[in-house]
Amino acid sequence: MEQFLINPDCMVYDNHPVTLTGEPYHYCPGCGHGVIHKVLMEVVRDLGIQEEVIGVAPVGCSVFAYHYMNVDMQEAAHGRASAVATAIKRVRPQNYVFSYQGDGDLAAIGTAETIHTVNRGENILMVFVNNAIYGMTGGQMAPTSLLGMKTSTSPYGRDAASMGNPIKITELLAQLPGAYYVARHAVHTPNAVRKLSKAFKNAFEYQKLNRGTCFIEVVSNCPSGWKMSPVQSIDWIEKNMLPMFPLGDIKVPDPKTGNPVMVKNN
Amino acid sequence: MEKQELKGKEIKLMKGNEALAEAAIRAGLDAYFGYPITPQSEVMEYLTEQIPVRRGLVLQAESEVASINMIYGAAGAGARVMTSSSSPGMSLMQEGISYIASAQLPCLLVNVMRGGPGLGTIQPSQGDYFQAVKGGGHGDYKLFTLAPSTVQEMVDFVFEGFRMAEKYRNPALILADGALGQMMEKVELPAEGEFPHVIPDWATTGKKAGRKQNVITSLFIQPEKMEQINIDLQAKYKAMESEVKSESINTEDADVILVAFGLVARICMKAAELAREKGIKVGVIRPITLFPFPTEVLNTTADRVKKFLVVEMNAGQMVEDVRLSINGKADVQFYGRMGGMIPDPEEILTKLESMMK
Ligand SMILES: Cc1ncc(C[n+]2csc(CCOP(=O)(O)OP(=O)(O)O)c2C)c(N)n1
Ligand code: SF4
Ligand SMILES: [Mg+2]
Repeated sequence: MEQFLINPDCMVYDNHPVTLTGEPYHYCPGCGHGVIHKVLMEVVRDLGIQEEVIGVAPVGCSVFAYHYMNVDMQEAAHGRASAVATAIKRVRPQNYVFSYQGDGDLAAIGTAETIHTVNRGENILMVFVNNAIYGMTGGQMAPTSLLGMKTSTSPYGRDAASMGNPIKITELLAQLPGAYYVARHAVHTPNAVRKLSKAFKNAFEYQKLNRGTCFIEVVSNCPSGWKMSPVQSIDWIEKNMLPMFPLGDIKVPDPKTGNPVMVKNN
Repeated sequence: MEKQELKGKEIKLMKGNEALAEAAIRAGLDAYFGYPITPQSEVMEYLTEQIPVRRGLVLQAESEVASINMIYGAAGAGARVMTSSSSPGMSLMQEGISYIASAQLPCLLVNVMRGGPGLGTIQPSQGDYFQAVKGGGHGDYKLFTLAPSTVQEMVDFVFEGFRMAEKYRNPALILADGALGQMMEKVELPAEGEFPHVIPDWATTGKKAGRKQNVITSLFIQPEKMEQINIDLQAKYKAMESEVKSESINTEDADVILVAFGLVARICMKAAELAREKGIKVGVIRPITLFPFPTEVLNTTADRVKKFLVVEMNAGQMVEDVRLSINGKADVQFYGRMGGMIPDPEEILTKLESMMK
């Protein structure tokens, strides 16, 4: 009988890069965080920069990111990851520094730090995982929760008049001169994952140029908080998240001048 | 910008805040993060002028919340770091300080206190004693707390603060007040470049092959582990008690002891002089470290002296620790001014006279 029906290279579950510790994720089945961790760490491996990377974990479901990412890391207070990353990069400019934050962390409690980090053009990569909900605390409304979306603190659906509109912080940040590379990606399809991987690679490479902040939003899911099966959550991303948070580059360095320019139609 | 050479030992007339900032550079400060607030803005102003032509880095953050978390990041990356603020700004930093204490990161914090509560006044105060020595933020933690009473001590305690912070992997705090920050006195500045700092092996500097990843965190989700962390922290705070410092002046023959820290201790020394001219034998005990607190000295002094007067620029904060230290052996009274008012020696004398009647 044929032993290997599946090409070993395609075996996702035992194909851990050295940049992951190999510790099993604590994430719910189907959660995007695990995929994003893996994509990020594969890029670190591929670029051969594991020894030079310092990461900052947030408060949110990915608070234990350092259990999985096999690089030096600091765990920041809720919302302050970009301030922590700023300081690490300032005292160790020779290192690659990234922060990893959820929507509550980055776009609610940490909004001031987020804006000012990008405004100063800190030479770091900021990874923003937008799952439109507070996963860790049990599914409360997030700054990016969609209008009408039911969460444990918007049980009748998010209503713009009393709860505000979902914030498109990524577009907001792209306006700042300190932003060098701004893009929105997702992890709901293999193709989206490939694009995200390329974006992370670009971001680390740009960090060497000292030209400003690279900011990558990743539209993700939270099957538990959204009260859906993982498969349903993928459909829900397509139908509801992406119209509000369209994927693609928002600001990129001009290939000729190297200066960051806004991408048209975005 | 062209870098200047390292400075040698110098004697100068300097404002407290500027002397502290100059001392920090001479102590090999790698980075300062701060946010302006009266009466200590001169610290960052001085550093932003000097650091570009000397060494280190200085960054004006968007808030004290940001600056304390920058301290966390830079300290976690192994740098010698400092921030300074005044009362309302310190309140904003408390969450971050708790994280720093839990993650056991060395750093130097400076609070040039002003009158509160609330936005209060920009005049000097000692209203943040409780915040400084009883935690301030959440959880059981301690800051190594130094209370300068002269501009010279604003200089000396920068070095002492870093020394203690690095020895114990713990934040150290200089608890000064607005008057000390603003007044000018003669200071002797130690030579620059003679206080080396090595990047600790636990710092996040990039995971070199052959070593495990370094992680800076204050999260220990299993209660058994978190309790053990607390036990270790408490053992560390216990060990810090060996570093306690206080000054006793004319206490041998005293009938009454004034207890005060910081600038108020100097006012008390003057009051004691006036009292002695009137035949009242007054001594002064000045706690120099507020944590660890000089419990022993106070307790043994109370074996002989039966009257104590604690003087503070607050509604009575350190007096609680003095009472705990003396533990009922003597009568402990309190005299305080609040909201930015400074007691003068005469009013302390009046209080002493009423106690001795
Ligand atoms: C100062 C403070 N306030 C509140 C919390 C509680 N808290 C923990 S995680 C979280 C929200 C996390 O949501 P998000 O950043 O979107 O991350 P996710 O879990 O969705 O990945 C909150 C409110 C906290 N830890 N600290
Ligand atoms: S609660 Fe949501 S974000 Fe958190 S691990 Fe589960 S699915 Fe992921
Ligand atoms: Mg979220």
